[in-house]
Amino acid sequence: MTIKKRLLGWLADAALILYFVFALFPIAWMVILSLKPTNELFSTYFSFSPTLDGYRTVLGDSEGIPFVRFFVNSLVVSLGAVALSLLVGLPAAYASARWRFKGSENLMFTLLSFRFAPELTVIIPLFVLYQKLGLFDTYVGMVWVLQLVTLPLIVWIMRSYFADLTPELEQAALLDGYSRKQAFFKVAIPLVKPGIAAVSLLAFIFAWNNFVFPLILTSNEAQTVTVGALSFLGGDRPKYNLTAAAALVSVVPPLLLALTIQRYLVRGLSFGAVKS
Amino acid sequence: MGWRLALRPYVLIVPALLLTCGILYPFGLGLYYTLFDFSASKPQPDMVRFENYETVFTQEAFWNSAWVTVLYAVGAAAVETVLGVAVALLLHRSTIVGRVLEKILILPLMIAPVIAAIIWKLMLQPSVGVINYLLKPFGLGGVQWTDTPTGALLSSIAVDVWVYTPFVAILALAGLRSLPTSPFEAAAVDGAGWWYTFRRLTLPMLWPYVLVAVIFRFMDSLKVFDIIYALTEGGPGDSTVVLQIRAYLEAIRFQRYSFGISYTIVLWAVVYLAAMVLVKHLGKIQRKAAEVK
Repeated sequence: MTIKKRLLGWLADAALILYFVFALFPIAWMVILSLKPTNELFSTYFSFSPTLDGYRTVLGDSEGIPFVRFFVNSLVVSLGAVALSLLVGLPAAYASARWRFKGSENLMFTLLSFRFAPELTVIIPLFVLYQKLGLFDTYVGMVWVLQLVTLPLIVWIMRSYFADLTPELEQAALLDGYSRKQAFFKVAIPLVKPGIAAVSLLAFIFAWNNFVFPLILTSNEAQTVTVGALSFLGGDRPKYNLTAAAALVSVVPPLLLALTIQRYLVRGLSFGAVKS
Repeated sequence: MGWRLALRPYVLIVPALLLTCGILYPFGLGLYYTLFDFSASKPQPDMVRFENYETVFTQEAFWNSAWVTVLYAVGAAAVETVLGVAVALLLHRSTIVGRVLEKILILPLMIAPVIAAIIWKLMLQPSVGVINYLLKPFGLGGVQWTDTPTGALLSSIAVDVWVYTPFVAILALAGLRSLPTSPFEAAAVDGAGWWYTFRRLTLPMLWPYVLVAVIFRFMDSLKVFDIIYALTEGGPGDSTVVLQIRAYLEAIRFQRYSFGISYTIVLWAVVYLAAMVLVKHLGKIQRKAAEVK
């Protein structure tokens, strides 16, 4: 019995490791591919002389693709979208967690329902609209549409954080002579700070990873890395090492964030889904 | 003072709502456009009422796209559910191996799906891709992964599975960890086997969590775009032209704006109906699970 059990245990571990090989191999392979010199791309597979030339080319604009600018663009529009969503999303989340009022559930569901709408439904009218208003290929235009990704996420997750706070804490503050505003900023906000940090990073990652909005609503000036990484696949000769390097550079921010705040991310992801 | 108090929640929500309206406006505009024959070749459009929708539904291309979309969504959601729950169960045993691996479970989920598709595209190249290289010893060195209709569909589902299985696993793991322990202790005392416990206790109690994950994954897969765009662009032929890709081709590539939007409106309606049915089902399942507890 114990031998059988131990054997089953090993089998389970082996199955787990097999899944993680499937999950991690593509990332590892990108690292290998990105270090290959151009002339060894199609020859020997695992033995080659590694070089950083791929990264130099990608980061040095020498293929005519301003990848560093795309990277900065991604930073600007993702941070912008998160900041704006926090600004309007935190009060909304707080209000909907604290007070049951007419239509509150419907309003919240409407916010969430945008997650289910096909992006292209709004993008095409926005494309026409942006051309007219001069917002096409601009930071303002990109920040504006990335709300679609970041705002519902922030409102829904922060709502459950606020709901977990007992109202007594703020009531005590009110009795101490705080105004409602002070109670919100000096009592409620500091208590949910970890939640705000986690949801901001999650929203940042989602905004950073978005592809459809920049694909259609930018062309060059405000283009982001997710679209930019594809451009290395074009051209007459396939430049696999450059594509791999570009792909890796573009996943560095989300992966670093994910590794540092892994525990909170998991909580955020499951909150957003389970509590809705 | 009373009315100010009553108004406060609305005041706090108004800014978020205004931003939301910023999205509702183009949505309404899109809906309005579909009543016209607005395209690049016809910038001064005529009102055609529901002609765009009639064309959509009578087109063979639409039904092909709808079929491909359903195959993709069902296939991806099904594999992700089974694999995700299996990974969660294995991680829940919390051996040393599991505890180490759990920390990196989230990584594929953090990579943009379009980047994941690029990565897989490089690995699946028939002549120089690493997958065929690794398969060569098994006599399978020349598989044309994304160049055959079935292969292209399976490959794109594989990318979806790679990216989103961790999502299902995380939700299932959160669910497993929130289950009450007493029924399991009772079952162990009664000498119930693993399979019996799994079927009669774990699965029914876990199902609501899994179903939430399935709903999210199924809805999202119905409107897949980036993975297909980067991996196959809908080809070969029409074999992977899911609805959002078709809408993109019509509206952006061929610049038939109204017609393209009609496609997305139809897709939007389908996603909504599917969501309603699934959420209703979720309610039933949750009540049932509460009974088991």
